[in-house]
Amino acid sequence: MMTGKKRPQSFYGLTLFFIAFVLFLYGPTLTIALLSFQGPNGGLTFPMRGVSLHWFEQLFVQQAVGNFASALWRSMLLGFLVMMCTVVFSLLAGLAFRKHFKGSSLIFYLALSSLIIPSILISLGIGLMFDRLGLSPQWLTSGFGAHLTWTLPFGLLIMFALFNRFNPNYEMASADLGASHWQTFKFILLPLLAPSLVGIGLFGFTLSYDEFARTLMTSGAFNTLPLELFAMTTNVTSPVLYALGTLTTIISFTLIIFTIIVIKLLNKKSVR
Amino acid sequence: MKINHSYWQSSPLLIVLILFLIFPIMVIAVVSFWDFNEYSMIPDFIFENYAYLLTSQTTLNAYLNTFKYAFLAWFFTLFVGFIVAYYLVFHIKSSSIQMLLFLVCTVPFLTSNIIRMISWIPLLGRNGVINSSLQSMGIIEDPLEFLLFSDFSIVLAYVHLYTLFMVTPIFNSMMRIDKSLIEAAIDMGAKPYEIIKDVVIPLSKPGILVGSIFVFTLVMGDFVTVKIMGGGIRANVAVLIYNEISLLQYPAAAASAVILLITVLMILVLLFKFVDIRKEL
Repeated sequence: MMTGKKRPQSFYGLTLFFIAFVLFLYGPTLTIALLSFQGPNGGLTFPMRGVSLHWFEQLFVQQAVGNFASALWRSMLLGFLVMMCTVVFSLLAGLAFRKHFKGSSLIFYLALSSLIIPSILISLGIGLMFDRLGLSPQWLTSGFGAHLTWTLPFGLLIMFALFNRFNPNYEMASADLGASHWQTFKFILLPLLAPSLVGIGLFGFTLSYDEFARTLMTSGAFNTLPLELFAMTTNVTSPVLYALGTLTTIISFTLIIFTIIVIKLLNKKSVR
Repeated sequence: MKINHSYWQSSPLLIVLILFLIFPIMVIAVVSFWDFNEYSMIPDFIFENYAYLLTSQTTLNAYLNTFKYAFLAWFFTLFVGFIVAYYLVFHIKSSSIQMLLFLVCTVPFLTSNIIRMISWIPLLGRNGVINSSLQSMGIIEDPLEFLLFSDFSIVLAYVHLYTLFMVTPIFNSMMRIDKSLIEAAIDMGAKPYEIIKDVVIPLSKPGILVGSIFVFTLVMGDFVTVKIMGGGIRANVAVLIYNEISLLQYPAAAASAVILLITVLMILVLLFKFVDIRKEL
């Protein structure tokens, strides 16, 4: 199975299965990408009635889809802030967990519950808490906190996975050569961790940018993009919905590709 | 004096969890005992929210639906996820291609769930791609109604959205399997299916369990998929909570939330008995 040039027969069957799986993952997204270029008279399904950018133009007409541009802006800003906090807090927590300390397993299980507890509970709970405290929920305060309960555990898990495979010899060597704690952190640890931290950043941003359930009761008077999208699924019946979907997917893809390039560059740098 | 940096380093995480996880859950627990009318919540200590909840047929049906979806989603994501992970680990020999293909599986997970659900509509709808091509081929006469806004489309969306949560941990476990174990099994005359049954599956059990925990809890607490793919008629527990929230019946929603939380935790305690998550990362 591992040796010899001839591949087992099962290889071809499994390759077909894998190709089918990838088609299953990407096919629907490509379908709506295609349909978002419908002509002005086109509908929600095939056939295409002409090809145009009509529905993308419609996105920026206020009446068609509510206030999509400002919802996009809010989601981007929120995603950025959540990303920054997720990277810093996960890094710190990851470092903390390398040593044993009192309450460490309690914090670990809390973080895990944060991941596992149904999102709607977090949403409801934070909404009610703000209500009782006499505060009005806002996407930048309650929404921000709600998103962190989702992104931080992911960041922490990635840090764990990282440190479980981490070779401490570099740090010891650095300490042996007389570097201070801070110097070791800055010149040895941080460059080695950088690619993974960029990865955590990507997770933080995209998880927040796409989060619906935890935003539902915590965003206050203004909608983020996923809330706007959800509202549209019930009352918009034109390909403008697909145009918005295609646009957000393009934003996500651009970001992912950009991140992968950054990670590659960082890895190259640390190999040298 | 030597100070342990771990305390301050872990404090931002801890503070976020206390403020936005523990307090909100406590508020839910308290509010679940309150009374309410059409306009507002009334602080009280009554058991009516629970009494109503635990005796209504709607709740029972919603729980049956929830478990049905959770089981089906678990079964199919495990089936697909295991095969995909197995293929990537044992059949792709170049590690750079392996990582590339793994990335291909990961990318959709980082795009919007709502969009990914909407994307099925032009395929599954009454006049969608599947129905119209089956009709033009003469296989069916009338469009198949069960494709969209049904249990079928809900489970399909779950498999579409959550299979990655199975693939990743199983992939992780399988990567740790020493390849020489498998060669040894071949040398001893094991047949391919025996290798999978007696070597691969037992050694990837931790990954399977972690993946199952993810899929199970995600589906148990989900309402968005049921709302969008179920066409508004079907309901699981989280949809009931969502509806109560929409009607501003917060204490009733809180009581449902508490029961849902207890259910999920009981299942988790059971699953955690079999696996130590921290070791498996």
